[in-house]
Amino acid sequence: MSQGSIIVTQAGPLALVQDGGRFGVAHLGFTQGGAADWISYRWANWLLGNALDCAALEIVMGGNLTLESDVSVCLALAGADLGAELGGKPLAPNAPFTLRPGQSLTFRQPKAGLRAYLAFPGGLEAPEVLGSKACTAREQIGGLHEDGKPLTQGDQLTWQGVSVLPQRFPADARLPIPSGRCHLPMVLGAQAAHFAGRSLYQAFNQPWTVDQRADRMGIRLTGQALKSDVGGVISEGIPLGAVQVPPDGQPIVLLNDRQTIGGYPRIGALTPSACALLAQCLPGTEIWLQPISATQAQSAHRQQLSAWA
Amino acid sequence: MKLRLETAAMDALTVRLFDTIDEGNMGWIMAADTALRRAFGESLIDLVPSYTTLLVHYDCRVLDFAEATSRIRASLSGLTPVDTHNGRLHDIPVWYDASVGPELPVVAQRIGISVDALIARHCGHDYCVFALGFAPGYGFMGLVEEALATPRLKTPRQRVAAGSVGIAERQTAIYPLLSPGGWNILGRTAVPLFEYAKRGEPLFQPGDKVRFKAIDKAEFEAAGGDTTPLEERA
Repeated sequence: MSQGSIIVTQAGPLALVQDGGRFGVAHLGFTQGGAADWISYRWANWLLGNALDCAALEIVMGGNLTLESDVSVCLALAGADLGAELGGKPLAPNAPFTLRPGQSLTFRQPKAGLRAYLAFPGGLEAPEVLGSKACTAREQIGGLHEDGKPLTQGDQLTWQGVSVLPQRFPADARLPIPSGRCHLPMVLGAQAAHFAGRSLYQAFNQPWTVDQRADRMGIRLTGQALKSDVGGVISEGIPLGAVQVPPDGQPIVLLNDRQTIGGYPRIGALTPSACALLAQCLPGTEIWLQPISATQAQSAHRQQLSAWA
Repeated sequence: MKLRLETAAMDALTVRLFDTIDEGNMGWIMAADTALRRAFGESLIDLVPSYTTLLVHYDCRVLDFAEATSRIRASLSGLTPVDTHNGRLHDIPVWYDASVGPELPVVAQRIGISVDALIARHCGHDYCVFALGFAPGYGFMGLVEEALATPRLKTPRQRVAAGSVGIAERQTAIYPLLSPGGWNILGRTAVPLFEYAKRGEPLFQPGDKVRFKAIDKAEFEAAGGDTTPLEERA
């Protein structure tokens, strides 16, 4: 139980309590949830010496979200640069810092990336639902009040630990923040056979634009339409990163809050690291899909995980 | 039943057993569910059975692609279907009324029968629970008799009240919680499906049977039902 608390003096558009996700209950219809950019989220916890899957805040856009503390507390920020200010001075992400009483911590607007993760000593306190604190709006579960709602003005944040072991962000560590050309590795799925050869070629050989219609459930990509020879398939389980193609030919990448089963044909699925990168892309970002085998993707994934080993 | 394994994602495989929706699939799907859970144990992250497939999400820190594939094949060889007659039969009381089920008269008119006849026919069949998904506690059920099959609404509603009972093509379902949806809504039940799901004990399991039973407004209210008309929630 924390010694003090942090109060939300101004709510931004979207700040959510998230953890590593809600697993083992997908067969009951519960979505995975969890930090959309799981890499930055883990770094935020790592910077405080927390267990990597402690609950943290996922702050989207910023939008003047303002927090104030009644005690001195060491926090860590990782991921997007949302123009954060600590006591009126710019605060760079990817480092631990101390928030003192009377100071305010404000998140303005995205300068690089879209989602910042704020970690607390020992993790944020929130009720656990089915093994996770992940906040899911559509399912009305998780979060501070167990209703799936984002932070609102007046919410009080408390944390589970008292001390931290602040770490320095390694110089060679990389965060999934888009800069320049964005390549997203995708494992081709069996249903790729439903897409004409020309369409398969186009999937990988044209730029796709991240659409405005983007949230934690899925992100639409716009570009030259892909054509599949089936309009729909019998509904089946959908993995993280699935690239489904509705009849209009514009793909939707399904992310953490996706429906557990669905019936659009899928061309494949982005790797978890590609999902993290896509979750940091602002609308209008140009991205390129890149084929990768499941085996190659797994070795790359293991290498990513070794960063925290 | 014929087994095909498909790559779904870096760490997920689709186990495809059938190509068409059939009540006879369920015994096989459930048997495969048990066998896969046993074979993967702790290295299973999630297993999502559906009409014709099971999605296996495994922990790729523990198992690589080749190991996962061979484990699935080994666990499903010599599979025999479970007896789905042992599934539970749920009686679900529904208040069928145009105020909470705006498509009740629309569907009746479309197929040229009276509202009462439509209610009797929707209640006159035990539906199989094929899959859970879309929302916690939501069961995809069928098959609705061919004559009643009705396409989804052209424009889905932004808000469908919890407990709404709907049909889409030859499927029927209950919305466990307030959500967007495009199914034809015929009535409402007071059975708190979401509450069951939230406790990790959903009322319906794949392979169960559901029988709808028409009740009147007084019975619905006595059961704690919310009589607010559907469109007022929009």
